[in-house]
Amino acid sequence: METIIESLPMLWEGLKMTLYIFAIAIVLGFLIGLVMALLRLAPFKILNWIAKIFIDAIRGTPFIVQLFFIYFGLNSFSWVSLDNVWAGIVTVAINAGAYFAEIIRAGIQSIDKGQTEAARSLGLNQSQNMRYIILPQAFRRMLPTITNQAIISLKDTSLLSIIGVADLTQRGRVIVSATFEPFTIYLALGVMYFVIIYLLSLLSSYLERRFVLR
Amino acid sequence: MSMIQVKNLKKSFGDLEVIKDISTAVEPSEVVCVIGPSGSGKSTFLRCLNRLEDISGGHVYIDGADITNPKNNINEIRQKVGMVFQHFNLFPHMTVLENLTLAPVKLGKLKPDAAEKKALGLLDKVGLGAKAKAYPGELSGGQKQRVAIARSLAMDPKVMLFDEPTSALDPEMVGDVLGVMKDLAKEGMTMIVVTHEMGFAAEVADRVLFIDGGYIVEENVPNELFGNPQHERTKAFLSKVL
Ligand SMILES: Nc1ncnc2c1ncn2[C@@H]1O[C@H](COP(=O)(O)OP(=O)(O)OP(=O)(O)O)[C@@H](O)[C@H]1O
Ligand SMILES: [Mg+2]
Repeated sequence: METIIESLPMLWEGLKMTLYIFAIAIVLGFLIGLVMALLRLAPFKILNWIAKIFIDAIRGTPFIVQLFFIYFGLNSFSWVSLDNVWAGIVTVAINAGAYFAEIIRAGIQSIDKGQTEAARSLGLNQSQNMRYIILPQAFRRMLPTITNQAIISLKDTSLLSIIGVADLTQRGRVIVSATFEPFTIYLALGVMYFVIIYLLSLLSSYLERRFVLR
Repeated sequence: MSMIQVKNLKKSFGDLEVIKDISTAVEPSEVVCVIGPSGSGKSTFLRCLNRLEDISGGHVYIDGADITNPKNNINEIRQKVGMVFQHFNLFPHMTVLENLTLAPVKLGKLKPDAAEKKALGLLDKVGLGAKAKAYPGELSGGQKQRVAIARSLAMDPKVMLFDEPTSALDPEMVGDVLGVMKDLAKEGMTMIVVTHEMGFAAEVADRVLFIDGGYIVEENVPNELFGNPQHERTKAFLSKVL
């Protein structure tokens, strides 16, 4: 118990880093996913292919390999300099982006085509149709799957400790190596992750109720 | 000048030639009903008139502008052509009022206040003034369709296209929707109505087109077309539906 109380300030720093990385990466990842989904559905074959290659490449390779590729691989070029935090953010963002792309694409395609026909026949152009009619409905429908992916991405951030990012997991490892109390410390880490994820899913069900399709 | 002019319209889906050669013109304030067997291309014909379907051949002029000409902005032309669908296609994530104000506001036709005022007026006109704050999911089919008509009217269209507006409705709802359409016709709206409601066609239409096999087989004033059809196919069709 004492160990835990003594390590709380350190764990708190780690938790802040984890949330910082998660917050930036999930927003970036969502934007990447949105762009890729729109490219995937665009009326141009080349754009479809670009998006498809990106999505398949990311979904078909392990997260750790992507992380090493970006942190060690890209950093081996003189014109790239990503510190480990940003390499981590970029990796989580790109990884989540590929999954978001598929979620968003499926969400867009699940909206009845009569919606587009009604919007277009009123004179809205395709991007106004997307913005005002299709995406708002698709997002409501996608909310549970989006939350699910966000939770996976949050857990993925713990892998960034491998490249030395001082996130919650890494702080835990450091404390364990100093205190030799892996049972308590890792239990505490688990509880902390669990609480964040629980709060995320509460937020999601709140949003779902708030924006339920009447 | 005709409000709508169709010249040698053709439309194929892959190898399937649905509209083979259709030419006709609709004058301002004219009400034209389109009838024909299921699958004969009535919806396809209507959807070519605002280019919801890409046109395979021929020309369609709306108020003088050729919609097949890529230089003409189709989005601007569509603002003049209201369309009402069999399944309403209301926007379920918006209130009835928002359904009506979205296009006029986002397309810069009206300021939000003015659009709202106009929308409330239109809702009163279709008998749904009390439903402005409701969501489409809370309405009956007949109410939805009247909202859909009002939504189109909010853009001040010059023409209204209706694709079987009552065929998804319970029988007791049909009258209200047809009533709104009759009022529109009386006010001088130019209308093309694909319908199975022969009574409505007989009462309201200035002209009825019978479409079959990709052509207009016969067109005439309703009395003549229903009472004295000239073609075998028209007779056969009418004997089934009348
Ligand atoms: N998007 C499409 N792709 C391929 N074929 C289509 C498409 N839309 C319509 N068709 C075909 O074109 C033909 C005409 O269809 P359309 O919907 O215009 O008929 P309709 O006269 O409106 O019939 P109904 O009275 O049943 O509504 C049908 O054979 C239909 O299967
Ligand atoms: Mg049809």
